[in-house]
This record gives sequence, structure tokens and C-alpha cells, in this order.
Amino acid sequence: MTVLAASGRVWQRNWLVYRRLWHRSLAFGFLQPVLFLTAMGIGIGALLTPASLEAFGGVPYIDWLGPGLLAAMAMQTATFESTYPIMNKIMWGRNYEAMLSTPVGIRSIVYGELAWTAFRIGSLAAVFLVVLVLFGIVRTPLAILAVPFAMLIGTAFAACLIAFTATQKNDVGFSAIFRFVINPLFLFSGTFFPLTNLPEPLRAVAWATPLFHGVELVRGSILDQLDPLTAPLHLAYLLVMFGVGAWFAERTLTRRMAG
Amino acid sequence: MTNEQQSLVHARGLTKRYANGFTAVDGVDFDVRAGKAFGFLGPNGAGKTSTMRMIACSSPVTQGELRVIGMDPRTQARDIKSKLGVVPQIDNLDTELTVRENLEMYARYFDIPRDVANRRTDELLEFVQLDERAKDQVEPLSGGMKRRLTIARALINDPELVILDEPTTGLDPQARHLLWERLYQLKRRGATLIITTHYMDEAEQLCDHLVVMDKAKIVAEGSPRQLIDQHSTKEVLELRFTDAVRDDLNGQLDGLADRIEELPDRHLLYTENGERTLEQVNLRQIPVESALVRRSSMEDVFLRLTGRSLVE
Repeated sequence: MTVLAASGRVWQRNWLVYRRLWHRSLAFGFLQPVLFLTAMGIGIGALLTPASLEAFGGVPYIDWLGPGLLAAMAMQTATFESTYPIMNKIMWGRNYEAMLSTPVGIRSIVYGELAWTAFRIGSLAAVFLVVLVLFGIVRTPLAILAVPFAMLIGTAFAACLIAFTATQKNDVGFSAIFRFVINPLFLFSGTFFPLTNLPEPLRAVAWATPLFHGVELVRGSILDQLDPLTAPLHLAYLLVMFGVGAWFAERTLTRRMAG
Repeated sequence: MTNEQQSLVHARGLTKRYANGFTAVDGVDFDVRAGKAFGFLGPNGAGKTSTMRMIACSSPVTQGELRVIGMDPRTQARDIKSKLGVVPQIDNLDTELTVRENLEMYARYFDIPRDVANRRTDELLEFVQLDERAKDQVEPLSGGMKRRLTIARALINDPELVILDEPTTGLDPQARHLLWERLYQLKRRGATLIITTHYMDEAEQLCDHLVVMDKAKIVAEGSPRQLIDQHSTKEVLELRFTDAVRDDLNGQLDGLADRIEELPDRHLLYTENGERTLEQVNLRQIPVESALVRRSSMEDVFLRLTGRSLVE
């Protein structure tokens, strides 16, 4: 059995569990953006004057916010999926120990889990995109690119977080990750307001963080504003993050599982 | 070389040292013959599990030679694993899947074609007497049922060698006997088993050949009968005394047996004929609270070899 085929089996195992709950997951994936866009987009957007909308590139606030939330959803879902469930499979439920008694190897586990994250986030992003269409936010058929962009954001974060999770002896580190990494990224990556509003040094920091690049890609594709000059750079950033994360994930998980 | 070809597992100078410097297995030699049940007997921490993990290719060999089914775990782990069945010490069933799904999914990990997997799943569920629970979740099953399911799962790839790490630890006597009976059936079908245990009765019941491990080394090897013959007497007289008598014994038992072990709660007198020894104790007018004559067991062998009990 090839590494690829074995990765497929790891994916299949997750599907076997998920197929009993997929409708619930997708219903939640639909409801969440509807609530957010109603509350923040319509509620707060109505308070903005035409002059202040200049900062959002002249589009209504809800149109600007929606794609940003889609990108952030990809990050948050990937983070959650790569912490507790992976920890469970390492030490509480010992699923990986069981898999490693078969021809399935560590590399297949890492790539199978990442493929699973890609699938989960792809399906949630598609539902999210439907919501954006219903809200009249989508400007172009190219918006479909937001789905693979979200999958890339998700797997890039998932790869790094699996690498981190494999080094943890308990779940204490996870709340630190959520508090000090994921929440700041959620707030300061151009999801809710343009980075140009930040003071200069902070803006540079925000530019260096990963979610910003994901937000730019997703928003660009949905609002038909993809810049052929900067888009490849955003893409390259996330691809490198994915590659480095996956490399580390294989190493830390190997160290953890084969003592 | 001939030695190596006949044995499914061949180890020479096998050593496991962990990153923290702890030596769990210190240069052990053994051969596991096809069609036999091979046992590792020893207390917790003796190195049994570390040895098993090296055989199962889930822990790298630090030093020494190891061949499993004629292959090298360092370079052929995937091929070895496809021919092994592993029953780990702590259950690692997939609690998010049903009983049947556990077996079917495991078959997928081995790349077993679906029709073959379905047939084997039916057979194995019947073999471990779980066919009526096939659609149930794993979590509500009893400890004994989970163990049986784990054993069925380990057989899904029709393995050449089945490795069982303390298969009955933590089970009630009834569940243990049912499990032993199933393992005995497995043996009769010609399977090769490697079993670790710290229960002497388990070792005596199931194993054709035993190695006794203590402090990372093999201290004795042979069939259960051979080990008892070599390292113990035919019978044992167990004596209990009241505290007052016990404190006042002053060597009154000397010369009554080949060897005397003083345990915290009783004295063990190793002898060829326990009843006759008891008569001699009575002749010396030592007031005995209770006396028991029994045959020597692996527990006595272990006590003799290491000076300690198996289960502490």
C-alpha cells in the first residue's frame, strides 16, 4: 500500500465517524455566518457614514466583512480540529497507536489528517459562500476560488498545529494557543477593519502574520479585486507555511509515537 | 543461519535504551518457533513491553540483532506489520465506531479487499462471541468484551504472528477464562503467539515456552514444567503462624526443607513431599496456625530466581 493510499484510509476513518453528523455540522456552518453578517454587517454597517466607507474600498461594510469572516472561519475550524481531536488520537483514545500497528505509517497519518481538514473546511467554505451569495455579496464567478483558498488557509494552520499538538503532554497549551495566537490573529488580520487603520509598526506585524494573507486572497476572489501582483505572494506565504508545518508535524509525531 | 530460518522472531543481544538513558532491555537472546505460544513472564518494569514494542516495529531497536518473520524491523517495518497481529496492553479500539466498523476499518488499514474483509469480520465476530453486538458502540462493552474485540481486530489480516501484551490484566476471573479458551483455540489452529504476562497461571495455561525477565534481562528459559523442575521442588508447604510464634521461631524450621522462603505473611518450605514435611513440623511441636500443601508453580520459580514476588 502506498503512502497516498494509506493517507486515504486515515481520511476514510474520519469520514466514517463524520457521516453520522455531517448535516448538523453543515447546518451550523450555515447558521454561524448568517448570524455574524446580520449582527455585525447590518447592525454595525448601518452606523457607518459614506465617508468612513472609503476605508473599505467603497463597498458596503457587510460586503467587506463577509469574505474576511470566511477566511477566519477556515483558521478557527482548522485550529480546533488540530488540537483536541488530534490529542485524543495520540493519547486519550490511542487511535494512532492502533493505526501504527498496521502498514499505515506516520506520514500517511499526517497527510490523511490534513486531507481531512481540507475536506471539512472546503465543505464549510462552500456553505459559507452560499450564504454570501444569498446576502448579495459575491461579485464574480471567480469567487469559487475562495473555497480552495480557505482549504489552503485551513491546512496551513492545521499542519503547524498538529506539529505543536504532538509535542504537548496535556491540553493546557491549547488554551494559550487560542488566547494568544488565534484570537489576536482573528482580530488584527484585516477581518473586521483595514490594516491601514493600525499604527505603522503594528501594521508591519499584521502583514507578517498568516491570516492576513488568507483574508486578502479570499476577499479578493469574492469582491473581484484579486491583484495579479500581490496574490501570488499571499499564495506563496500560505504554501510555505503548509510545507514547513507538514514537515515539522511528521517529525514531532514520529518522536511522540515511536519512543 | 538455520536457527534464524526456523524461528519467527530471532533476537541476539537485543537492547532498548531510551533517550533518558534508561535501559529497558539489556542484551537479550531468544527465538520464537512457528506454531508455538511463547511467553515473557516478569514483574512490571522488567522489559517485557519494550521487547514487544521492538518486535512490533513500534519502537526502534537501540542495539543488537532482531529478525521478525525473516525481516529487519529497521528497514522492513511496513512488510512486517502487514503480517503481525498486535493486542496492546491498554485497549485502543476506536470508540467513535461500532464493533463491526472497528474490524472493517482496521481491514482497510491493511488494504484487505472489501469482500474478504466482510467475510473475515463475520467469522471473527463469531469467533470472539460478539456477533450479537456487531452494531453496538464500543464504549458500553465490558472489559472482557473489549479485549475480545481487540483480539478479533488483531486477527483481521490473518497474521503469521500474534503479539499479546498482558491480554488479561484487569479482567475478572470469568472473562479471563473465556479469553484463555479463545487463545487456546487460536493456538490449536496453528497460530504463533507471543504473550507477556505477570500472571503465573496465565503463563502455565497458555505458553509452550517461557522466558523469565527481570530488570531488563532474561533470567531463565524453558517450558513451564522444565522451569519448575529446574528451579523449584515438586511441592511447597505454606505455613502461617501467629505473630507471637513467628517472632519466636529462631530457626526451629531449619533442615526441614530444601529451601525456606520467609514472606511477610507466611513461610514457604520447598520440599519433595509436603505432607511428610508437615508431619515433621508437627513432630517438632511448632504451633502452626494454618498449613497448605501445593505443587510448585511459576510464582515459586520467579521467587527463587529474583527473590521477589511476581505481582507486588
